[in-house]
Amino acid sequence: MDNEIKAQEEAMLKDIASQLPAFGKERGSLIPILQMIQENNAYVAPEAIKMVAEHLGIPTCEVYGVATFYNQFRFHPPGRHHIKVCLGTACHIRGGEIILENFERKLEIAHGETTPDREFSLERVACVGCCALAPVAIVDETVHGHVAPSKVEGLMLGFRIEKEKEEREKQENESGQ
Amino acid sequence: MVKLIIDNKEIEAEEGKNLLQACLDNNIYIPNLCYLHGMDNPPASCRMCFVEIEGEHKPVTSCTVRVKDGMVVKTDTPDIRQLQRTALQLLLSVHDVDCAHCPANKKCELQRIAKFLKVGLKPKRLELLLKEPEIDDEHPLLDYYPNRCVLCGKCIHVCKTKLGQPLLAFARRGFYTTISFYGEKPASDLNSSCKNCLACVEICPVSAITLKNDSDQIAEA
Repeated sequence: MDNEIKAQEEAMLKDIASQLPAFGKERGSLIPILQMIQENNAYVAPEAIKMVAEHLGIPTCEVYGVATFYNQFRFHPPGRHHIKVCLGTACHIRGGEIILENFERKLEIAHGETTPDREFSLERVACVGCCALAPVAIVDETVHGHVAPSKVEGLMLGFRIEKEKEEREKQENESGQ
Repeated sequence: MVKLIIDNKEIEAEEGKNLLQACLDNNIYIPNLCYLHGMDNPPASCRMCFVEIEGEHKPVTSCTVRVKDGMVVKTDTPDIRQLQRTALQLLLSVHDVDCAHCPANKKCELQRIAKFLKVGLKPKRLELLLKEPEIDDEHPLLDYYPNRCVLCGKCIHVCKTKLGQPLLAFARRGFYTTISFYGEKPASDLNSSCKNCLACVEICPVSAITLKNDSDQIAEA
């Protein structure tokens, strides 16, 4: 798994390096470059920030400053399961923060981050359009309404069982061959 | 040299000179945090140096105004003081007021301005909003305290002036804005760029950037 992630990352950086020459070296290129990286890879890696800084000849911290200013850029790779917790007005009133905190504590990451094994990523979003179900969490593409801490617990347990099952099957397959 | 009237007092200054600088040079104090002598384009971000100028229908930041002949300026009207007090209170509402444990105590620009404007250091009408974490120790030599920082940007300005390319910049935005040393090189490379400079530490009006306690050891290693 670790090797897989590493290979993916190397391929991504290689791809970015090959795309950079197409952009001019003026400061105005900074945001288009960042957008290209975000669009192709779903996140802007620290190494990518360094490469952009080198390409434009501006300090790394400045690239970081611009990238962190805009919400459209993410700095952690997307996880296999993407969890979005709604903090729109209705969900806020109904305790969306508590749900987000629950996920944060369970996954041991802050919102906007990804677990080290890249299984889960957590994001806070504004209204998802089903306020009657507040508080709402979207796990992968499934909408979960009236979320409570016990439901978070259940969801995470479900994922754990699913993963254990997958691993068992994998092992069985390997031993079977 | 042209003549202008500030607070009913006639002073002389070069035409085109920065109005804030002209006032300060003539012992007329206007609270300010983000202005540095010799800045070409002051950021006017601290919103402290407001003055009223005859002919302008709104208060203006004096750091962005150039001296003109016959200008009539007032720095001490109730409206101006109200604006400055609010600006200061907003800054204090995101400031960890812990003066007793702060190295800037007694030489702090916030304390000075609060005293000048007769504003308490703990404004009661605003909720205190502090950032996490309390200390950013990413930099091998320096510590950054986001809850002391007033985001004046002086550190970025001096770093840029000295090195051409600043090693620190604003990051994130809104209430979450901080100064970031992101991408700083490892300690061994800092001997030339940061170790002998420390301009950002010196310029900081509120000691938000300080030398790490054990920085001597790092520098020697």
